[in-house]
Amino acid sequence: MATDITNQASDQVGEINKYDFQTNTKAVFKARKGVDEEIVNQISEMKNEPAWMRDFRLKSLAIFNAKPMPKWGGNIDVNFQDIYYYLKPTDKQGRTWDDVPEEIKDTFEKLGIPEAERKFLSGVKAQFESEVVYGSLKEDLEKQGVLFTDTDSAIRDHPDLLREYFGTIIPPSDNKFAALNSAVWSGGSFIYVPPGVKIEFPLQAYFRINAESMGQFERTLIIVDEGAEIHYVEGCTAPVYTTESLHSAVVEIVVKRGARCRYTTIQNWANNIYNLVTKRAMAYQDATMEWIDGNLGSRLTMKYPAVYMMEPGARGEILSIAFASNGQHQDAGAKLVHAAPNTTGQIISKSISKNGGRSSYRGLVKVEKGAKQSKSNVVCDALILDPHSRSDTYPYIEINDQDVSVGHEASVSRIGEEQMFYLTSRGLSEAEASTMIVNGFIEPLVKELPMEYAVEMNRLIKLQMEGSVG
Amino acid sequence: MTDTLKISDLHVSVNNTPILRGVTLQMNRGETHALMGPNGSGKSTLGLAIMGHPNYEVTAGSMELNGKDLLSMSSDERARTGLFLAFQRPIAIPGVKMADFLRHATTNVRQPDRQEGEELIAMKDFRKELREKMQHLRMNAEFARRYVNDGFSGGEMKRAEILQLAMLQPKFAVLDETDSGLDADAVRLASESIAEIGREKMGLLIITHHDKLLEHNPPEFTHVMLGGRIVETGGSDLANELHQHGYDRVRSDHPEAEARNQEMLRKEEPETQTTS
Ligand SMILES: Nc1ncnc2c1ncn2[C@@H]1O[C@H](COP(=O)(O)OP(=O)(O)OP(=O)(O)O)[C@@H](O)[C@H]1O
Ligand SMILES: [Mg+2]
Repeated sequence: MATDITNQASDQVGEINKYDFQTNTKAVFKARKGVDEEIVNQISEMKNEPAWMRDFRLKSLAIFNAKPMPKWGGNIDVNFQDIYYYLKPTDKQGRTWDDVPEEIKDTFEKLGIPEAERKFLSGVKAQFESEVVYGSLKEDLEKQGVLFTDTDSAIRDHPDLLREYFGTIIPPSDNKFAALNSAVWSGGSFIYVPPGVKIEFPLQAYFRINAESMGQFERTLIIVDEGAEIHYVEGCTAPVYTTESLHSAVVEIVVKRGARCRYTTIQNWANNIYNLVTKRAMAYQDATMEWIDGNLGSRLTMKYPAVYMMEPGARGEILSIAFASNGQHQDAGAKLVHAAPNTTGQIISKSISKNGGRSSYRGLVKVEKGAKQSKSNVVCDALILDPHSRSDTYPYIEINDQDVSVGHEASVSRIGEEQMFYLTSRGLSEAEASTMIVNGFIEPLVKELPMEYAVEMNRLIKLQMEGSVG
Repeated sequence: MTDTLKISDLHVSVNNTPILRGVTLQMNRGETHALMGPNGSGKSTLGLAIMGHPNYEVTAGSMELNGKDLLSMSSDERARTGLFLAFQRPIAIPGVKMADFLRHATTNVRQPDRQEGEELIAMKDFRKELREKMQHLRMNAEFARRYVNDGFSGGEMKRAEILQLAMLQPKFAVLDETDSGLDADAVRLASESIAEIGREKMGLLIITHHDKLLEHNPPEFTHVMLGGRIVETGGSDLANELHQHGYDRVRSDHPEAEARNQEMLRKEEPETQTTS
């Protein structure tokens, strides 16, 4: 047994190193620590923004300062003045990987991005600290009028389209962290899919924090026009530092009549990151919005992707997987708002708590008056691997119409002794057996992922599980 | 030299309640033994203790395979050493496909020194072997993609246990009521399959209440358990006698064991569950 453990430990170090490495880079510009009007103005100036955006930022800053910290969710222990809000890693964005500074390119190569791009992606955005450093989009999509740029460029290149939606789905006043993002945002993706265009392979964005105490505040806006289809994937990682840092994104999505959007997140933040993200989509007539949200790592994640079903026939589906290990709190969930008749919503949440980790499901299903014949179903299952770990469920249901159907099922199970025995009696080690049970637990969600991401997800789970041996 | 499983004076408790009170049993590889006895006499307990279930605490006695101590081994080590238990009540593992589970299990048992993370046996060879064995058991190929024991019918579960026996090829196998829940045709098929897979190749300890499973597996030895002890051992004629006449004679010949058996049955009333 002793050799077994050392072997696993060294494996684990090898694996974690895949994400936990720092890149030495020379920033082109790094703002001082802290957030105030001067910093916000400086960011806006660096970006050469129009006045409306600077005003938007400054107003948002005022809202951020005025709003109290949320009293629910997790314990947010961040000193906002001890974080860098803006770091520009390079002067220009690469159109090919060779245009990207060598050490940054290496970073993304280690993370496997160029390889994935060659194999199965329609386009890529790679963000390093505050800026998108690389972007690509398949030529045929470009020809069909698909736009895939960083959000900063969109202000310059597609101002009318951007301005029509920017900040309308998630206004700065929505919550303290949406306000903070609105004040200091940088980078993120801007996507427009023209009517009827169906993008076969996913578009992917990868967000990498590299520097210590660096905050990342990307801002994404996706507009899927009538009858169009897109699958967007984001991945996020950062090296492990001892000081806390903050990732606070805002993602706004519009899914027009008959369109489909699937947004997949697989994030594996280091344990020092507070991950406080606001994501919301508006789905119109017969449109479908799906969030697939895989939350691994971070000190605290508070994230509740939302679908507002605005017109009849709209569908919203949210699949959420959370894994909380030692020193981690995943306060994750979902929000469905039925604002029109005949809308259909589904939330499936699976959480795993291990080694003293804590995971909470927090969800809201709201049916507005007049949203007749709407259906919503919530299933949340929690798996607790040991007695030190914890799982909580906070389901909120608000129904303002009679003629609707809303279901809710919740289950909490501890990893079964009998299941462990069955598997070990067939020659599986305890570690293999528990990994297998956990993978089985999330299988209904993982099988929804494209193969490559399913493999990545299983690998990340395995990595989390290996941390338990000892 | 043939492999020998030797169990001596084994005492086993569950939740501090003694269940087995000194079981002694020796089996050579290649032999077929029947283990019979009324409900609640301790047959499954013996199987689970052999496989190292953590809730079945061995309080005294020894268990060895070729002189090697089994009691100090974890249950996966026992499986890798060549022990197998076909469960009376197999456990469902939702989300885990039979094929994935079996590929892991088969690799570990065939390569006992395999460390976690090392290569599994080649997918192609494994698939081929699995397909053949499934065909043999008249199992639908689709079965390999189903989740382990999840929503299986009683018969499917037992057949899946036999499939595992076929894949893992243990030295010694305890088959705990592998005939229960099977229809008449399925029992005959199970009896034939077990004979083909294990007879003379493995040491088989067949726990059963019926004679059908023994049809193709006539036991050289029949053991009768009562009140947590093996009270009689005979040949296949003993099994026949019990099938025809039941346990009345055994019960009256061993009043002390019978009293213990009754006592254990009374204890089976559900205890109040403490939830943590
Ligand atoms: N996990 C357990 N918890 C509590 N009691 C148990 C447990 N396992 C076995 N027992 C008790 O031990 C005794 C023997 O049970 P066991 O399952 O070994 O009987 P058996 O001979 O296999 O019976 P059957 O023929 O009905 O399968 C019974 O009284 C049973 O209730
Ligand atoms: Mg039994």
